[in-house]
Amino acid sequence: MLYIVDFGVGNLTSIQNMLKKVGCESIISGSGDDISKATKILLPGMGAFDNCMQRFNDSGLRSLVEKKALDEKIPVLGICVGLQMFMRGSEEGVLPGLGWVQGDTIRFRQQQMSAENKIPNMGWLDIVQKKPSVLFKDVDEARFYFAHSYHVRVDDAKDELLSAHYGYDFTVAVERNNIFGVQFHPEKSHRFGMKLLENFARYPT
Amino acid sequence: MRRIRVIPALLIKDKGLVKSVKFKSHKYVGDPINAVKIFNEKEVDEILVLDISATEQHRGPDFNAIGNLASEAFMPLAYGGGITSLEEIKKLFHCGVEKVVINHAAFKNPSLVRQGADYVGSQSIVVSIDVKKNLFGKYKVYVENGKMNTGIDPIEYARDQEAAGAGELLLNAIDKDGTFEGYDTVLIKQVASSVQIPVVAIGGASSISDFEIAVRHGASAVAAGSLFVFQMPHRAVLISYPSEIELKKKLYSNIK
Repeated sequence: MLYIVDFGVGNLTSIQNMLKKVGCESIISGSGDDISKATKILLPGMGAFDNCMQRFNDSGLRSLVEKKALDEKIPVLGICVGLQMFMRGSEEGVLPGLGWVQGDTIRFRQQQMSAENKIPNMGWLDIVQKKPSVLFKDVDEARFYFAHSYHVRVDDAKDELLSAHYGYDFTVAVERNNIFGVQFHPEKSHRFGMKLLENFARYPT
Repeated sequence: MRRIRVIPALLIKDKGLVKSVKFKSHKYVGDPINAVKIFNEKEVDEILVLDISATEQHRGPDFNAIGNLASEAFMPLAYGGGITSLEEIKKLFHCGVEKVVINHAAFKNPSLVRQGADYVGSQSIVVSIDVKKNLFGKYKVYVENGKMNTGIDPIEYARDQEAAGAGELLLNAIDKDGTFEGYDTVLIKQVASSVQIPVVAIGGASSISDFEIAVRHGASAVAAGSLFVFQMPHRAVLISYPSEIELKKKLYSNIK
């Protein structure tokens, strides 16, 4: 069963709505008993980095989710700040990240962008796929909805799954073994996000 | 290719979908759920829903109705109307709303913008600014559906709201609302060049070329009401939205 981890942040209802639309079951839960049964985990995130990390640390679920992700190696998909949490940390806050993927979360570098690139970046971007992925099965062209001021920068280029251009090219999705993360909001990206979530929910483990 | 967000704006009054001219003479145009369904099928970039009767009736958002709309929206949904507290903001996100639009409360209680931004992040807090020229032809910020002049200059107001934590500004030119005369480009230029955050222009759009003009004057995104719910010249109710191909050809490709 796919569990959407509820630690008090993120637009969980929208994610579940979209999964339901493509006939994929999911459960929103903040209970350790539930999450321990998960075969796939979706980690949402929204708002300030420290707020997300603090809530996740305080939820009592962190060690369990880490065990599932790092020892049992079940597929985990982080969305938005959920992806940023996989990094070592973020320029937005002072708390350390989870460090599952080697990289950092940085603020958009205004000096490398032109004036019409406002921050936050809000809107739809076309993406460039950097390597094959189960998430992009039967997807040939896609655009996704973004709403963020910070983005990730990974140490190892092999971890980069997608890039997009906003002022400059930046990483918008990572994939490292069973760990997946996207900066955009698939749950708000029409059929493109729907297909991505469906692919995540359906691919056999 | 730079994609420009093109956003249908839906006004809700007493549970029905309406459209105004200069914030007055509201005409009933249909059922909100049905409209959201159609816009969803048309794969719109984002949708903006404003309950214009909430503040007037001294009530908060209708969470049930909003939840129903959100469950039909597989694109970002921004909601505004009657929001006065952080609790309401939290509840709206729980309903599936992506962004909250704060108008009257941002004027009366700017700390709400800060609280909201700290909790859900700036990218989800939109401050809506209604602007009209006063008798001397000077732009002023109005509240209460355009009925009350705050006497504040929109540039100053926009900067204050940015500093308070707004992640986006919805800039509404009251005199252009529903007129099909094109956006107020002077206003857009003044405000957009004064802030770092995106400005969404609304009020007066009659065609895709108006979108391009607004963007050339500094708008990051464009919204329209009448254009997407009426068919000219007789204002017959017809929900429409340009196709991606049309937007690529007539909008994106004309903008750097």
